[in-house]
Amino acid sequence: MLIDTNKCVACANCIPVCPMGAIYVDPALNRATIDQDQCVECGSCARMSGEQLNPTMVRGVRRLAKAFRFRFEPEPDVCPTSAFVVNDLEWPRIARRVFSDPLVEHKSTGIHGRGTEEVKTNDVAHRVDVGEVGYVIEFGRPGVGVRFHHIQTMTRALSKLDVHFEEKNPISHLMIDEATGDLKEDLLNEKILSAIVEIKTTIDRVPVVLDTVAEVSKQIDTVVAIGVSTRCDENGDDKELEPLLEELGYSHVRAKTNMGLGRVTNKQAGEEVSDQHATPVR
Amino acid sequence: MTNTLHRYGDAESFSDDYIIFAIPCKGKNDEGAVDKLKTFLRICAAHKPANMGNSQFGSYKPSKSLKPTVHWNRELDADYETVIDALSKSGTVAAVFDSREKTEGCLKDVIKADLGLSVNVSASVEGAKNLGECCGLSRHSVEYSLGFTDPHDHLPNSQVLELSTMCGHGMVSFNMARKMLDMVREGRRTPDQAVTTLARFCPCGVYNPSRAKRLLEDARNHQA
Repeated sequence: MLIDTNKCVACANCIPVCPMGAIYVDPALNRATIDQDQCVECGSCARMSGEQLNPTMVRGVRRLAKAFRFRFEPEPDVCPTSAFVVNDLEWPRIARRVFSDPLVEHKSTGIHGRGTEEVKTNDVAHRVDVGEVGYVIEFGRPGVGVRFHHIQTMTRALSKLDVHFEEKNPISHLMIDEATGDLKEDLLNEKILSAIVEIKTTIDRVPVVLDTVAEVSKQIDTVVAIGVSTRCDENGDDKELEPLLEELGYSHVRAKTNMGLGRVTNKQAGEEVSDQHATPVR
Repeated sequence: MTNTLHRYGDAESFSDDYIIFAIPCKGKNDEGAVDKLKTFLRICAAHKPANMGNSQFGSYKPSKSLKPTVHWNRELDADYETVIDALSKSGTVAAVFDSREKTEGCLKDVIKADLGLSVNVSASVEGAKNLGECCGLSRHSVEYSLGFTDPHDHLPNSQVLELSTMCGHGMVSFNMARKMLDMVREGRRTPDQAVTTLARFCPCGVYNPSRAKRLLEDARNHQA
């Protein structure tokens, strides 16, 4: 992401917009400036509302108002000169945009956002079966960001538990060796807004996985959010995972619930419908 | 995306926060999904959601061609029609409701429409379970939020977290949430103005302006 210095009027409206706090007004330039190491290319600044005002005029008005200590209170989400420029990125920096901008599709899975369907399509995809548990381990959100080497610390620890990494997940696609949990080396220092590691185990392994995640979370300088999922029984009840979470002392107020209304409708996929069981897990 | 799973708050805080979304599954039911997703959004719009999104923008949409008068008369109303008309590609679409009754009415109409898409409800565990039972549905799968761990003390206070985590993609920054809290407390913005500002940053349209307004009013009325 760039700021057109010919357009920027240093109004500072964009500073609180940035989720990473990467924008500041450089006193030497008197222009808003992006700390490129902290910027995750999420596009939030470029999407903010804009006017197309003449920068010279705006700077003049601002100087005059400042001289009289007048305070103009503009709309807080408007760039008066639409000064942000979305530039082309190359590998590995482009990974920042793919993982941080919710409007960019992950080519590896064809999905926007964090690039995974989790159990939202479990009624059709059958990712997680009865007696199995899916884990959605998310790094960097809310509002902190994460570097790939932090994620690798977790994938390495999880790989030692011999878990099943979900294939249709963008982080799995960046893994060069599932046995070690190593990610592509040239990515490791890139900072992104967030990413999700997805694994699956049988229900008896929930305590050891959650303990491992909690332990590794202490070692990496970011926030870690955890979601755990399972398939309900024929009555819509979960008599295994929820009691286990309570026993382990995890509070779980909120949930995403798949209502079971999906079905296979694609012609080609319909021919494969008889083989609709999840990949067995260890 | 876990765009709605890790909203910050307790169960009571989610009493006016029900998100319903439809999602096609790649390779399974994504053929011809755009028309079905539009039908889903039309059903949602008929039940007066608090916000709605087509995976590219929500019903509070930023604009690049504002006129200078915008600083005195900004549009604050949701625009559902543009969200529906502009949908051109298969993806997740969502609507947020601020009452259990509206969500139930919407879900019943979605069931009747029999779209064949996966439909999920993101709410409190009990809220979603009860909703399904009232509509004659058995839950297929459930994903629990175990919340987030912050051993390095990165996160701000609960008021800021409640406001900012309503865009699960993190597009509502902590600093913007803080700024809106301050502006409302100082009387420089009304809660309605502040929530539409925040909602414009959420491109998926899952930001809940009704809940945000309640949170901002609480923060203003109960400040020390």
